Amino acid sequence: MSDLRDLYQDLILDHTKRPRNFGQMENANCRADGHNPLCGDKLTVFLDVDNGVVRDVRFQGSGCAISTASASMMTESIKGKTRAEVEALFEKFHQMLTGPQSVELETSDELGKLVVFSGVKEFPIRVKCATLAWHTLNAALKHQTEPASTE
Amino acid sequence: MKGLSEVLSPETRRRKTSLDVVRIRDDFPILKQQVNGRPLVYLDNAATSQKPRQVIEAISRFYSEDYSNIHRGVHTLSQRSTQSYEAVRVKVQKFIHAAEDREIIFVRGTTEGNNLVAFGYLRPRLQAGDEILISGMEHHSNIVPWQMLCEEKKARLRVIPINDEGEVIFEEYERLLNSKTRLVAVTHVSNALGTINPIRRMVAVAHRHQIPVLVDGAQAIPHLSVDVQALDCDFYTFSGHKLYGPTGIGVLYGKAGLLETMSPFQGGGDMIASVTFEKTTYNKIPHKFEAGTPDIAGVIGLGAAIDYVQAIGLAAISAYEDELLAYATREVSKIVGVRILGRAKEKASVLSFTLEGVHPHDIGTILDQQGIAIRAGHHCAQPVMDRFKVPATARASFAFYNTKEEVDALVNGIRAVMEVFS
Repeated sequence: MSDLRDLYQDLILDHTKRPRNFGQMENANCRADGHNPLCGDKLTVFLDVDNGVVRDVRFQGSGCAISTASASMMTESIKGKTRAEVEALFEKFHQMLTGPQSVELETSDELGKLVVFSGVKEFPIRVKCATLAWHTLNAALKHQTEPASTE
Repeated sequence: MKGLSEVLSPETRRRKTSLDVVRIRDDFPILKQQVNGRPLVYLDNAATSQKPRQVIEAISRFYSEDYSNIHRGVHTLSQRSTQSYEAVRVKVQKFIHAAEDREIIFVRGTTEGNNLVAFGYLRPRLQAGDEILISGMEHHSNIVPWQMLCEEKKARLRVIPINDEGEVIFEEYERLLNSKTRLVAVTHVSNALGTINPIRRMVAVAHRHQIPVLVDGAQAIPHLSVDVQALDCDFYTFSGHKLYGPTGIGVLYGKAGLLETMSPFQGGGDMIASVTFEKTTYNKIPHKFEAGTPDIAGVIGLGAAIDYVQAIGLAAISAYEDELLAYATREVSKIVGVRILGRAKEKASVLSFTLEGVHPHDIGTILDQQGIAIRAGHHCAQPVMDRFKVPATARASFAFYNTKEEVDALVNGIRAVMEVFS
């Protein structure tokens, strides 16, 4: 059970129970749907992008604790960032979850609160839960019409 | 192979309701391990069941002593292999009470069996506007092959609705049968809900309209004594791996009269009587449908699995598993926030549930940390999830090697889930 607290940390559970920036956005100029066919998780990411900068972001949908918390914390961490900064952050986040242990240490500063998800690495099947919102965000930024998928 | 008297406890032989589970568990090497520091509690039997050493050893022995290709060699090993392979066909025939052994076709699994009927039987007969009738609780393997045919032939897939308990609504079923219906394809036991469908009655009604019926027996075969002649179904499919046998082997049963009218599904060796570049004459059933070298060792393993299950007896297995399911249903229901999906009067071995405020995937992960293996997801039955308006469920499914103590571990595990999310 020791690893469990690494996965379900208080900060994650807090975002699961009270997701931030949750709900539709009327004036979104980018949006995308995401789907994890493995567990049926679905979410939509809404963006207000102005001059290459994320002015506002919201999400909606239903998913497990990890995917909901990840989406919620993602919205907090990308507001005010440029496209390039968001892409770089996703890259670091992805590396933390899938790369070797050393990557985690190098990237922890830039990731800020998102390091709380580093425990997901020990649960490979759950990595997709943590990255669904980010894949969807990526699709929204690129104005993709096909729904994003973790597959 | 143990005799019945060895496997059943003295008390069981009198009452026929409980097994000597301690002794049975001893036959399953995998169950002895610890997972995440706790004794493994394996409750994912509807996905696949574990293998007794009798099955593992039969396959190993076959490869060590008798293995060769079948139906073609004149040498000793080939004859031995052929005999062992064909003996299992007879074993399967008796196990499901088929009239003849040539009605038993070895396939990769239930999915391939369903596809063989879709493409070998129905495809040449299906025309635009025709209908195929399935139920609302089917596994994707009994939906998609029919959908593919419907798309190709401009036919229509129709669905028998299910009620809130997870049972087929029989009146709706009767209403849906009509002169355009070409096949009814229905599961014997639902993998997502545990419902046992009234197959005998469903077949009788379909036959009044001269409509053949395929029964998907993947979930039924490990739990119920199946008599295809009593059911009077036209096709019955199942997989070996859910019956304590190996993966990669399954069975399609078909009435001989129907099988004989069907086109081969795949062409190749062993399915022919003679081949010239001008014309090939097909072999007789069942060989017509077994092109290429089959999973010979898989068939041997399946035979050992059937022997094992029959030594315990399906009546004793059903009675014991029913008791376990009733106990689990009662205990899990006591947990506040639990919703059980599938409350059919006739049910087998599946407990599908949701926990308020907790996603099934989180339930699955937290239980796994306690050594408890369940399934979390849509169980390849997305339409069932839609019907009950849930994205997924957690599913505990039982086998005769499970115990009440393991159910208690599940209940404690679910309480631990609640604690994490409290």
